[in-house]
Amino acid sequence: MSKENLKNYILVLGDSSMILGQRLGELCGHGPELETDIALTNISLDLFGQVRNYFQYAADVADDGCTEDDLAMLRLERDYKNALLVEQPNTDFAFVIARQFFYDVYHKLMMAALVNSKDRTLSAIAQKSIKEVRYHKDFSSTWMKRLGDGTGESHERLQFAVNELWRFAMDLFYETDVEKWAAKEGIAPDLKALKKEYIKEVKALCEEAKINIPEDEVFQYGGKEGRHSEYMGFILAEFQYMQRTFPNMKW
Amino acid sequence: MTAIDNIKNILQAVSDPEIPVLSIMDMGIVREVESRDDGSYLIYIIPTYSGCPAMDTIADDIVAELSKADIKAEVKQILSPAWTTDMITEKGRQALEDYGIAAPLEADMDKAALKGESNKVQCTNCGSKNTKMISKFGSTPCKALFRCNDCSEPFDYFKCFK
Repeated sequence: MSKENLKNYILVLGDSSMILGQRLGELCGHGPELETDIALTNISLDLFGQVRNYFQYAADVADDGCTEDDLAMLRLERDYKNALLVEQPNTDFAFVIARQFFYDVYHKLMMAALVNSKDRTLSAIAQKSIKEVRYHKDFSSTWMKRLGDGTGESHERLQFAVNELWRFAMDLFYETDVEKWAAKEGIAPDLKALKKEYIKEVKALCEEAKINIPEDEVFQYGGKEGRHSEYMGFILAEFQYMQRTFPNMKW
Repeated sequence: MTAIDNIKNILQAVSDPEIPVLSIMDMGIVREVESRDDGSYLIYIIPTYSGCPAMDTIADDIVAELSKADIKAEVKQILSPAWTTDMITEKGRQALEDYGIAAPLEADMDKAALKGESNKVQCTNCGSKNTKMISKFGSTPCKALFRCNDCSEPFDYFKCFK
């Protein structure tokens, strides 16, 4: 049982970064300017690298013959445990930045806490990842301020993106059974404490960026338990295409 | 020379495919060389960045280079200790500069440089410190893009990573 729980907890950590990495990858060659194109795909690459570490570990833990590739490519939609936020589309650059910022703040807090995990592999992955995540957060925070406190147009569009995306942000902190188990075992941090810190940090930066966080939001939950938005199927259709068309192909 | 020193010596010839002038030994990627009972060796390497696509190539290159000397080896990637730019040797830093990539500064200087403060990173072309950051993310995850205000040359800066 604990083996299954640990594997599922690792997937909760890895899946959100993977789906966000895929979303950012869609921007390759389509970024609004060359430097941001390179930055967003660099971040995508960092995330995929981190996800490989998680999935290799999950495959080791499962010890049932599955590989990191099987975990990435061959699960069904309901078996993916990513939060709803990261599957939201690249509507425009403001959406890309707001989604990234909401994720980066969470991601950095999560990695800083996971360093203290009793699980030594997860702690090592967190120690490695946090250095990269710091850069991501720097990037998205800078753009939040630049767009939010920029022109009338950039402010309006970022405010609209924040209004649309904020309802998905709390899904990152929704505590699933497997996360409750992991917290009890000393493997995972306490999500409630992280959430408090998260809201404080997001609000402080948004204030600086002259952006309002919607009050009285009705939050959407369920991604980490496999209940995804409609977008997820389309992401997987592209993501899994090669493996579904040519099963077991290698490259 | 011990067998392990010999291996480390041979590995001086293996480089990061994205920075061909820098040997993986000077990069600090090779953490340990272990001899095994069957006469083969286990070589532990650590990734620079998690998503560094060069790691698989580097592992293949290590095995190929050692097999030229009839040494059997297996390469294993480990996560800990996490790589930092401090692991680049002095010789490695010089090789970077000669190649046209500015070597990483100390953490506080690096932060200032990446925040857009000028006069921190030295141009690899003309030596001027009158340079400007263009993008925090460069051609690979480990680099940022700079431009020299004096000679107008764009160049890569190897980000401090701790």
